[in-house]
Amino acid sequence: MSKTLTQNPLEKTWGPWMKSRLSQRRGSSVPQFTNSPTMIVMVGLPARGKTYISKKLTRYLNWIGVTTKVFNVGQYRRDATRSYNSFEFFRPDNEEAMKIRKSCAIAALKDVCDYFTRELGQVVVFDATNTTLERREVILGFAMENGYKVFFVESICDDPEIIAENIKQVKLSSPDYKDCDKEEAVADFLKRIECYKMTYIPLDDNKDRYLSYIKIFNVGSRYLVNRVQDHIQSRIVYYLMNIHVTPRSIYLSRHGESELNLVGRIGGDSGLSPRGAKFASALGAYMRGQCISDLKVWTSHMKRTIQTAEALGVPYEQWKALNEIDAGVCEDMTYEEIQENYPEEFALRDQDKYRYRYPKGESYEDLVQRLEPVIMELERQENVLVICHQAVMRCLLAYFLNKTSHELPYLKCPLHTVLKLTPVAYGCKVESVFLHVEAVNTHRDKPVNVDVDREPAEALQTVPDHI
Amino acid sequence: MNGAMISQDGTESQGGAMRALRFQRPHASVPQFTNSPTMIVMVGLPARGKTYISKKLTRYLNWIGVTTKVFNVGQYRRDATRSYNSFEFFRPDNEEAMKIRKSCAIAALKDVCDYFTRELGQVVVFDATNTTLERREVILGFAMENGYKVFFVESICDDPEIIAENIKQVKLSSPDYKDCDKEEAVADFLKRIECYKMTYIPLDDNKDRYLSYIKIFNVGSRYLVNRVQDHIQSRIVYYLMNIHVTPRSIYLSRHGESELNLVGRIGGDSGLSPRGAKFASALGAYMRGQCISDLKVWTSHMKRTIQTAEALGVPYEQWKALNEIDAGVCEDMTYEEIQENYPEEFALRDQDKYRYRYPKGESYEDLVQRLEPVIMELERQENVLVICHQAVMRCLLAYFLNKTSHELPYLKCPLHTVLKLTPVAYGCKVESVFLHVEAVNTHRDKPVNVDVDREPAEALQTVPDHI
Repeated sequence: MSKTLTQNPLEKTWGPWMKSRLSQRRGSSVPQFTNSPTMIVMVGLPARGKTYISKKLTRYLNWIGVTTKVFNVGQYRRDATRSYNSFEFFRPDNEEAMKIRKSCAIAALKDVCDYFTRELGQVVVFDATNTTLERREVILGFAMENGYKVFFVESICDDPEIIAENIKQVKLSSPDYKDCDKEEAVADFLKRIECYKMTYIPLDDNKDRYLSYIKIFNVGSRYLVNRVQDHIQSRIVYYLMNIHVTPRSIYLSRHGESELNLVGRIGGDSGLSPRGAKFASALGAYMRGQCISDLKVWTSHMKRTIQTAEALGVPYEQWKALNEIDAGVCEDMTYEEIQENYPEEFALRDQDKYRYRYPKGESYEDLVQRLEPVIMELERQENVLVICHQAVMRCLLAYFLNKTSHELPYLKCPLHTVLKLTPVAYGCKVESVFLHVEAVNTHRDKPVNVDVDREPAEALQTVPDHI
Repeated sequence: MNGAMISQDGTESQGGAMRALRFQRPHASVPQFTNSPTMIVMVGLPARGKTYISKKLTRYLNWIGVTTKVFNVGQYRRDATRSYNSFEFFRPDNEEAMKIRKSCAIAALKDVCDYFTRELGQVVVFDATNTTLERREVILGFAMENGYKVFFVESICDDPEIIAENIKQVKLSSPDYKDCDKEEAVADFLKRIECYKMTYIPLDDNKDRYLSYIKIFNVGSRYLVNRVQDHIQSRIVYYLMNIHVTPRSIYLSRHGESELNLVGRIGGDSGLSPRGAKFASALGAYMRGQCISDLKVWTSHMKRTIQTAEALGVPYEQWKALNEIDAGVCEDMTYEEIQENYPEEFALRDQDKYRYRYPKGESYEDLVQRLEPVIMELERQENVLVICHQAVMRCLLAYFLNKTSHELPYLKCPLHTVLKLTPVAYGCKVESVFLHVEAVNTHRDKPVNVDVDREPAEALQTVPDHI
């Protein structure tokens, strides 16, 4: 064999060369399906959920590993004009304002270009009303010049209740209405919407039939999808068709303390310790206190999560995808044993905990790919309790709280603590509920020295206590 | 600890309390998301691809583990009338024929009921034109009586070229036109379509706004999706939006013979043997001879597939999902060693090779779940060469050739043989190309005796020769 392959020591991936990872990363679990940069262009009147969708979609894409950024033109406008007076700014016959608004859009497009070329971003979400043919043509021209793909997302809603609720949730707290009386703010905003309505031309199913777009009607009861061009647009459409805005809560918890937890061993498939069993009962009491009709309970295929769920006395579903990260050759070991047997692996993990793959095991990056169908189903569902594991819970939490891949592996997910996540406005409210059953700490912080040639003591400095 | 004991199911090597949900298989990798049975009801004029979609969708759903069956009302009609004369049978004013056609639909619905209640099917695809309000109301009434969910799939096409191509591909060979001249058949069929057109009422976006449906326009350039009710409907929509009919071929191959193959060991991550390297070159020559512009090449993350791809000299993508089945504690063993160290496991595997999960490893069933995104992307793509592994290739092949879970683990996928799959009519043409480089046989047939207490010789009877 003329060419020998070498294995990247961090990700355990094979390749004919050792290359820097800025350009194509061969090591990721799935091929990088974005070749041309893609602009997702929002379209719609104010208070139609464009910013909500922009932020949520961006959060999802970043979590699955597609570098994405939102460019909100309204923010450019606020930076340019410094103080908002009234809806009159948005009158279509306000020439001076129109000039300012157009230059803001152009400035935003320039920054989009920088993001693609300098920061190597893959997707941009261009969050603005984009309600006129003229504005959309500017964007299409810009994209064509630069070789970017364009996918429109139009949100159409004529239900006055939904619009009133949107205004209440996110507009009243906008910087534009900082010192305003609530009723004044609502009245002004409704007049602002009327300004836009005068010149609003929706995407036309005939004239725009060669464009790629999705139209979302009334918060998702209906969708029109036209000319999906590629993989990433297909995934975006699938995601947008699965999200909803019905109020609900997601409860994330680990299994009760396990026998292996007690002795500081990772992985494995042990049962609950006595304290873990106590937690399971406490979890049952807590969930009953939440008084949720139609709660779904999910576990992994591992004994400790199933034992925890059994104590709740309600039906539950098992997902193999919720199994703890596979530590490969390090399964069932203590950190001390890993340091003794695999000191180099132990150091590499500390150098890049997100991408590091255990020999014959998995990385956090692999976990995220594995968990994507779970996230998709969580988006479809309403009230769900997920009983899982430390690394798994970190991945799920990072999705809901928009944490980066650097923060993700160090998120604190202690035993016997339920995290109640409730979507609110553009994000997620977190309530951390410790159920008053003591447990070991299993959180190992990143040590100061991550060099391969460090002393064992330096490596083990942050290992939590255990039997 | 509460009263419920968790026991390990020997076949699947993980714990799980038995559950009484109607369609729940407790040990499946993913929860079974279908509770109510679902009827997918096709709608559309003849030659709009309804049967093509019905069969393809059914194949996909069965492969991912959702038991699905097609009920083609035209087949009931052929069985009832015995010989087709002409399009006159389909004239809306032909009262006697209308009676026969209606009773065929009713008979088919009765069989749908049997399939759900007696065979515990989860999804039915009701393949007929269903072009009148009256017929759809009969179906909706039937479904409501029985507690079935209904999801309509309407195919709308007015492109005469596409329709002519459909007629050529699948209608000319229909039993209805067995002894007909080609031109006569086409003329008659076009008149048959005209009969249906007279009474065709498409799904109405206003009147039918409370129904759940997808409308597919012109073979997928546009979709309208209304009121997706649940997980399975969401998956069906995603699948339908990713398939296409552009002619292309999919090439499936294993890596070249590996060092571990030579000595009869399973799993592991070894490199190619000299013969394996020869195969890699031969594969390159063969693929160049296929003269494909824009061929995509996919490998796993394992050394042997990557080495094979390297010899092709073209860019390739690595998928972790294409990695060989994880044999857990049996990795790197010969079958003889497995028999010696884990005789009970070895027997259990022979008893149910599809569901059997290696201790700390995977089952074929797990593999299918893992490969689903690969299949979805294969549907999106055009010409692709997939260089993978024996168990993985069996799973992919089973999808394309509609093999059952019983047949799947025993499909023959020998080394150094490329399978060229080309979609044709309602199925897939397979061309098996041996590239004339000898290799060991790695196929172990199911032995006669699968009892746990069998003799070693009986267990090892079908093990292929190795060094």
